[in-house]
Amino acid sequence: MRPYVREKTGFTFEEVPENTCFEAGYLTTVNSGWRSIRPVINAAKCVGCEQCYLYCPDGVIAIQGGKAVIDYDFCKGCGICAKICKIGAIEMEAERK
Amino acid sequence: MANKVADSISREEYFYGHKACAGCGGSLAVRAALKVLGQNAVSVLPAGCMSAVGFNFPQLCFSNNSIISTFAGTASMLTGVEAGLRARGYKDFTAVGFAGDGGTADIGIQALSGAIDRNDNIIYICYDNEAYMNTGIQKSGLTPFGAKTTTTPAGANIHGNIRPKKNMFEIAAAHDIPYAATASVGYLPDFIAKVQKASQIQGTKYIHVIAPCPTGWGVAPDATVDIAKEVVDCGLWYLAEYENGSFKLNHKPKEFTDVAAYLKKQGRFRHLTDEDIQMITASRDKKWDYINKNFEL
Amino acid sequence: MSRKFLSGNEAFAEGIRLARPQVISAYPITPQTIVVERLSEMVEDGSLSAEYVHVESEHSALSCAIGASAAGARAFTATSSQGLLYMAECLYYAAGGRFPIVMMNADRSTALPWNIYGDQRDSLSQLDSGWIQSYAENAQEALDLALMSYRIAEDSRVQTPYMANLDGFVLTHTYETVDIPTHEQADSFLPPYETDNRIDFDNPKNMAFSAGPDTNYIFKYKAHKGLLAAAEVITETEKEFADIFGRHYTGLTENYRTDDADYIIVTLGSIAGLCRETADKLRGQGIKAGVVRIRYMRPFPNEEIAAVLKNVKAYAVLEKDISFGNEGTVFTNVNSALKKAGADVRGYNFIGGLGGRNISAADIEKIYTDIANGTDAVNFIGIGGGNNGK
Repeated sequence: MRPYVREKTGFTFEEVPENTCFEAGYLTTVNSGWRSIRPVINAAKCVGCEQCYLYCPDGVIAIQGGKAVIDYDFCKGCGICAKICKIGAIEMEAERK
Repeated sequence: MANKVADSISREEYFYGHKACAGCGGSLAVRAALKVLGQNAVSVLPAGCMSAVGFNFPQLCFSNNSIISTFAGTASMLTGVEAGLRARGYKDFTAVGFAGDGGTADIGIQALSGAIDRNDNIIYICYDNEAYMNTGIQKSGLTPFGAKTTTTPAGANIHGNIRPKKNMFEIAAAHDIPYAATASVGYLPDFIAKVQKASQIQGTKYIHVIAPCPTGWGVAPDATVDIAKEVVDCGLWYLAEYENGSFKLNHKPKEFTDVAAYLKKQGRFRHLTDEDIQMITASRDKKWDYINKNFEL
Repeated sequence: MSRKFLSGNEAFAEGIRLARPQVISAYPITPQTIVVERLSEMVEDGSLSAEYVHVESEHSALSCAIGASAAGARAFTATSSQGLLYMAECLYYAAGGRFPIVMMNADRSTALPWNIYGDQRDSLSQLDSGWIQSYAENAQEALDLALMSYRIAEDSRVQTPYMANLDGFVLTHTYETVDIPTHEQADSFLPPYETDNRIDFDNPKNMAFSAGPDTNYIFKYKAHKGLLAAAEVITETEKEFADIFGRHYTGLTENYRTDDADYIIVTLGSIAGLCRETADKLRGQGIKAGVVRIRYMRPFPNEEIAAVLKNVKAYAVLEKDISFGNEGTVFTNVNSALKKAGADVRGYNFIGGLGGRNISAADIEKIYTDIANGTDAVNFIGIGGGNNGK
């Protein structure tokens, strides 16, 4: 399972830990706002070769049912996946505002 | 469609939700290495990009046990973590460090040398983006000749950085380290295989992986992997290993691609003159003469 | 229990052996070196079971100890002078991360000019780094502090690193007969280190992280409170120590003939003995002299000092330290304690012993007469006033 955004994002004086040691993989914010373009998988073309999954710096691509799917909460729209996909199954599209 | 490399590493994501720039090569190297080493990796990261983007309480982006060290202290903290866990009876874990080029070749080289000298059972991975990127692109000991940084401006008198990269791979090897390797995120399966190999070897392991910074190199975010491949293909970087006292070349390009083409794609090299490029090409050829003489294929 | 004729360094190393540290990071520096030599011999002969790491610098010595502490191990290192300054970054790091490392510091002069002899400018320059700081007077106290230090540092209310200071050469290299407890006694006093502030494979942790403006100062506040909490933990620990080992200590300060004193010297470390002898001599002449020995500079004994000094005619702070451009740092701290208590007492600063220069009985006697008669606010023994106003 991927790390996920927690419900609790703010910490009161009492809740701030005594020391600098806290739960690993605790996420409070997404990265989707960084994107100006977004990768879109063409499921008809995707063969599930996993090259995009392998090379994604943010680890936001997974293979489900033999096809790549993207966690848009954390995709920054860098476009590496579209470039690495030799069969052209990923297109970068303008982020809808 | 099976991907052998993808199948050889964990499906878990251990470095997730971080705030690295889009297309960050360093984050790709860290992500891939942790997927090799798995849940029982203990990562030590000094002050630098990967700690800055990954550890901002309460947003904590490593799913495995991870800790920030002092800038100079990656290797020495790794030593302490490894010794402490061993003293407490743990056996099944990997202490792994991820430091940038400045954190490795400049401020951290003393502690790294000490750890290799002691042959501490750690993996030290230098993700080399060829400048102090976290502070905004300043020259480090691993900035290549000719690169423009914010402290090596390119002007009429001086064309960027005037010194070549330190040879950290051979510096590590000169300690007679059990295992050292070079890699590039442009050849990710090779890097992954080297991390896998390192995890099986007792003693100190050093892996030096080229990890482009699109922001600092002046390339598009989607160019990271291509440019990391091209630096190997044009011969300005090489994929090699040091083991049992000898050097081994893992990948010999049949013919080098054009050095000028590699350089001119990047904002940091755009100012270089033909003469500068000739000097870079000549130093590449000299290095390869050395490699061909001294490295096994 | 056994008795041995030991130097301060050796006594401290014996105390550390009894505390069973799991990781020791060692780097030599005069006059600390004997500590790491003895510990290496103990590891060699099997009387101490610890990972002994030959680090390549003091920065790495403390960085390694922090890593070991983050792994949940009891960690020890030792240093002195330039080494302490070289590791300064890690001092703050260990305190902010609440890693209860114990470190011995052999108090030594700081360059320039170079000098290997004892003064306290090294450790006193690091008062703000967030460590508990003790100053031992003799070898027995050094051994006992080594054993007590982990109990205090590791207490869940404290979680703060501990710097045990021993005067260079005067204490580190001077031999005395020392009582050494048995391992059974020591184990009954000091349990193994348990903490949540560590790497945990069942519940992975991210440690030593960044914290933005909203929470950063809350972490700092809690570290401050942890260090303050050491005061009551020290008292509790000393009481239990006395029950098991029969030796009594007196908390953050040790008072000598202060109850009815008119003139008191406040000092720290090994010079306190000569101050007490001098006070006795002056008492014989009808002068009501007393001594306060500060045992802990952090947490600072504000109330203890104010309670004693508020009723005297005048006091002196005698210290082997100068904060260039102002005065001795101990003097600053003592004055602040009195000011907070609303006391209005004449106080004078006496700087001596820098670079190991001798402080004689006559010098100390003169301090008592000077403060009775009034003198400069800041005085350099054997030189004169420090031009810091009357």
